[in-house]
Amino acid sequence: MDLLSIFRRRPSSANVAKERLRIIVAQERSTRGGPDYLPVLRSELLHVIRKYVNVDVEAIQVNFERDGGHEVLELSVALPERPVVSSSVPEPA
Amino acid sequence: MTEATSETDLVLDVTSDEASVAVAPPRPVERTRASEGPTARPATRTTEIIVVTSGKGGVGKTTTSASLACGLARRGKRVAVIDFDIGLRNLDLVMGCERRVVYDFVNVINGDCTLKQALIKDKRIDTLFVLAASQTRDKDALSAEGVRRVLDDLAADGFDYIICDSPAGIEKGAHLAMYYADRAVVVVNPEVSSVRDSDRILGLLASKTQRAEKGDRGITEHLLLTRYSPRRVATGEMMSVGDVKEILGLDVVGVIPESPDVLTASNAGTPVILNEQSDVARAYDDAVTRLLGESVPLRFIDEPKKGLFARMFGG
Repeated sequence: MDLLSIFRRRPSSANVAKERLRIIVAQERSTRGGPDYLPVLRSELLHVIRKYVNVDVEAIQVNFERDGGHEVLELSVALPERPVVSSSVPEPA
Repeated sequence: MTEATSETDLVLDVTSDEASVAVAPPRPVERTRASEGPTARPATRTTEIIVVTSGKGGVGKTTTSASLACGLARRGKRVAVIDFDIGLRNLDLVMGCERRVVYDFVNVINGDCTLKQALIKDKRIDTLFVLAASQTRDKDALSAEGVRRVLDDLAADGFDYIICDSPAGIEKGAHLAMYYADRAVVVVNPEVSSVRDSDRILGLLASKTQRAEKGDRGITEHLLLTRYSPRRVATGEMMSVGDVKEILGLDVVGVIPESPDVLTASNAGTPVILNEQSDVARAYDDAVTRLLGESVPLRFIDEPKKGLFARMFGG
């Protein structure tokens, strides 16, 4: 660290690594032990949602939980702050 | 070299062996219960099986296995360290006993020799034994049944600890190395691919082990960070112990600083924990202390403080 770096503030690469890992590890944990179709399901859902709302890839969380006797598939979609319905939505056939 | 250890400034009280046993909270399960019948042994002896695993290769599993085994044995424990990397034997080199390998793990499983014949007694510490991996290319050389028999025989022989040095990956060898374990030391580098892979391994430890399948108390998991550079952590180039701990949600059993001493040690075939001049050795010895249930503060995780001049003008 030298004098110049005091003025050059950017997110440290360690923080970038930590943030990326936090997301991917959480995602992999949530699908762990769940059915194999989850990643495909997730991507198809993303595709459908993107027809209406312009959301980020990471905005969709699919969680699969086993709670005693029953299994719960939980889907959560984080909408952008100002949801803009894209005008180029293809009309449903 | 080892004779000198108890007198030198090893920092830790190596002589209080009895005491450290008394305070160790995670008591190993009584192995005898699992194998009742004609071979049932007296319930007083307990053997703890520790797998050293990581998922990713090259992060320091073998270095760690060798040093933890040495560290435990040096405190008077009877320790066997087994190389599960069938086809890619390397623990023997790191332990410095490669020229004394006659029989290996697979030979014992196949009944080509007795366990006693295959166990290589360490020349430095007389309670330490190495069981080398086979160099066979046969992927099915290890069987769950065969591994269980060897582990049971080691337990019957009165070993206190069995260290299983896992191969990289999530294939059969890695699976069998962890299957019978009571505890796991997950070796991680503070680097994205290593952290992610070790989380995969944590998933397997929680589901594909005997303890997980039986539904009793699962495997105790520990995080051991290797190649840690306090300087790079300080400059924001490397994730910190706290970062990795938070991502993986594990307790930290050791942080091993990045050091040229590791290569020097493996060049010589002397486990790095035996190099008394090295911070790496002290860090591994602290990890052994924690494995035995005693808590000691982490060392070598902070950069030595620099003066204002050095901070302003780099260096």
